[in-house]
Amino acid sequence: MKRIDALTAVYSRLQDRIVVTIMGAVAAELQSIGHRPNFFYLQHAMGLASSMGLGIALCRPDRQVIVLDGDGSLLMNLGGLTTLARYRPRNLVHVVFDNESLLSVGGFPTATSTGSDLAAIAKAAGVPRTATARTLDEFTRAFDEALAAGELTTIVAKVEAVGPSAFVTDLGLLENRFQFQRYLAP
Amino acid sequence: MSPVSTTSSRVIYDALKACGIRLMSALPETWLVHLIRMAEDDPEMILVRLAKEEEGVGISAGAHLAGVKSAMLMQNHGLLASINGIVSCAQLYRIPLLMLVSYRGELGERDPWQTEGGGVTEDILRALRIPFVMLEQPDHVAQRIADAQTLALASNKPVALLLRRGLMIEEDGAGRAGGAGR
Repeated sequence: MKRIDALTAVYSRLQDRIVVTIMGAVAAELQSIGHRPNFFYLQHAMGLASSMGLGIALCRPDRQVIVLDGDGSLLMNLGGLTTLARYRPRNLVHVVFDNESLLSVGGFPTATSTGSDLAAIAKAAGVPRTATARTLDEFTRAFDEALAAGELTTIVAKVEAVGPSAFVTDLGLLENRFQFQRYLAP
Repeated sequence: MSPVSTTSSRVIYDALKACGIRLMSALPETWLVHLIRMAEDDPEMILVRLAKEEEGVGISAGAHLAGVKSAMLMQNHGLLASINGIVSCAQLYRIPLLMLVSYRGELGERDPWQTEGGGVTEDILRALRIPFVMLEQPDHVAQRIADAQTLALASNKPVALLLRRGLMIEEDGAGRAGGAGR
């Protein structure tokens, strides 16, 4: 499964939900499909996308929040999984695109390439629903089930270590930030 | 008996409430126990207990973008543990952060493990260009917290309040009080 295909497959479900992504390929690919004011791309601070999603989900229980995370980022904030699980917001779906590498900095393998299982770690941290998806069908099914479940879910999507040719887009970081804040204003 | 001042903790907590703070992230440390309990007992407050302080930067960023005022409670060692988040989330994205930092390792510190952090705290804040002010006496707490929050929101940047021994610890004159922290 390619990440861009997975994003394309669920793009229609992202259109009216709050989306927080990590930097790198996830941000660039989602923007290539189509930026929306309800999408925020955390273009650094690796590990904190899930924490931002938690903060938004706790403050806006009326809205569904999707975090698009990655293996490299999540490995930098594994403790954050225990915080997610502790508060387990029912309106948060946590997707981890696991390409077993730090693609944007040369493709060096992460620990998921040597057996670390992020879905199992999330489950053991106390995340009530977890799933691993290896095909596009498995991913879209798991994603739709998570949206319908109304319970914190971590979905690990195993994807190929391929991405866009460039990571910098024409969307300014602060433009994105203020547009997103304005979108969220009650 | 805890040597941490309940009275000062209440003054700080009430000042945070007066600023409209509705979410606090915290990692327990001895000087902050009363503040954390006050947040826990307050139905109007969302308390997020962290595994590591840097998570609090992300949570506060999310809260701010979602329109909720937040504060971070941490030890100065937690500030050290949060630096990348402060720089590459809060400063990069112009997020106001109200950081309440217990200033361990100053004169009077009895815990050997706290003694390095105290010496670097202010230099780190200056290096990060984070404005900071001391909370030392109960009578200036409310004004300084309100001023810090005003600047954080006006500048869209982090501001730190350093909670000092004289405010947080009772009967500290002879250096008897201490208490284990992180």
